[in-house]
Amino acid sequence: MSAGNGCGAPEGGVTLTDGQAEDQAVIQGTVTRDAQPLRGAYARLLNTDGEFAGEVATGDEGTFRFFAADGDWRIRVLASQGFSAEYEVTAQTGKVVDLQVHA
Amino acid sequence: MSRSDVLVDADWVEAHLDDPQVILVEVDEDTTAYDKGHIRGAVKIDWKQDLQDPVRRDFIDKTGFERLLSARGIANDHTVVLYGGNNNWFAAYAYWYFKLYGHQDVRLLDGGRKKWELDSRELVTDVPERAATSYTASEQDSSIRALRDEVVDAIGTKDLVDVRSPDEFVGKLLAPAHLPQESAQRAGHIPTARNIPWSQAANEDGTFKSNEELRELYEEAGVDLNKDIIAYCRIGERSSHTWFALHELLGLDNVKNYDGSWTEYGSLVGVPVELGEAK
Repeated sequence: MSAGNGCGAPEGGVTLTDGQAEDQAVIQGTVTRDAQPLRGAYARLLNTDGEFAGEVATGDEGTFRFFAADGDWRIRVLASQGFSAEYEVTAQTGKVVDLQVHA
Repeated sequence: MSRSDVLVDADWVEAHLDDPQVILVEVDEDTTAYDKGHIRGAVKIDWKQDLQDPVRRDFIDKTGFERLLSARGIANDHTVVLYGGNNNWFAAYAYWYFKLYGHQDVRLLDGGRKKWELDSRELVTDVPERAATSYTASEQDSSIRALRDEVVDAIGTKDLVDVRSPDEFVGKLLAPAHLPQESAQRAGHIPTARNIPWSQAANEDGTFKSNEELRELYEEAGVDLNKDIIAYCRIGERSSHTWFALHELLGLDNVKNYDGSWTEYGSLVGVPVELGEAK
């Protein structure tokens, strides 16, 4: 897996090699509406003080992915039609936290 | 200069979709976003492929910029409206870049792609065909770009504004959290820098906060707006967003963007680095 030189988030987030977290603390999820993946939703990673750490727009698969550090985090998901939801998660190196969001 | 001279909202853009004097430019790092849907009539500029020198770490030169804008059908007297993903990070970077090469009338779409999508406004896949122009750029405006040596000299003398997330500032993360944490650089921040994350200048939908809120934000964080200010982040796009807030919205002339940012500073040998909260 490579971060490249950039700073932007590709749609859906950076892909994992073989779906493995390896040395990363991964938080990911899938946003669906009416049982279909929702494109153009926004997932935002916040620390426990509510400060922004990253944001990913979902692509055709409705997915988002973050590479956090060990500890507690919050995920806020925004979507069209005024949808907003927040989740508390705990990240751990080598683990993948997976959220299912019904928008 | 009024706010509407530099920042336009989605209604303004919809009203000018067929205005031949106005050209929309989507700027992303991930150009698949443009390919799958963009505002009608918009052309794309790739942050990396189009704006960076392919060999050295630097920008394309004046001639390269002229060639790029000519090929995109952008003329010197066009009103260029930039927008993009990631809360306009790369659009703000392109804005600063267009100003660096002297384009007169550049504006940002407030909220960028995100607000446009959250409002469920129209996106199309048709790529417009535009006649090439003969664009003439100015020499780079060094009053808005800070280079390495000026930044090292600024420690303790100028206001350094680190706009990365608090977790990057203190050294917990090396990159924004949507990227793998594998950068080779040292973690931390430039001593004396204040940490005012770019996100605090924006509302949740990606639009900029009001001038009153912006002024209060920076002053409360201990930034003297009368002093020379240098903004930095990791590669200079998030700090372009803050440069836009300070230089264009608040109208401060004394603000530079350090595009080398942490990927350069955090790799320099022998320069001071601070960890933890701002001292």
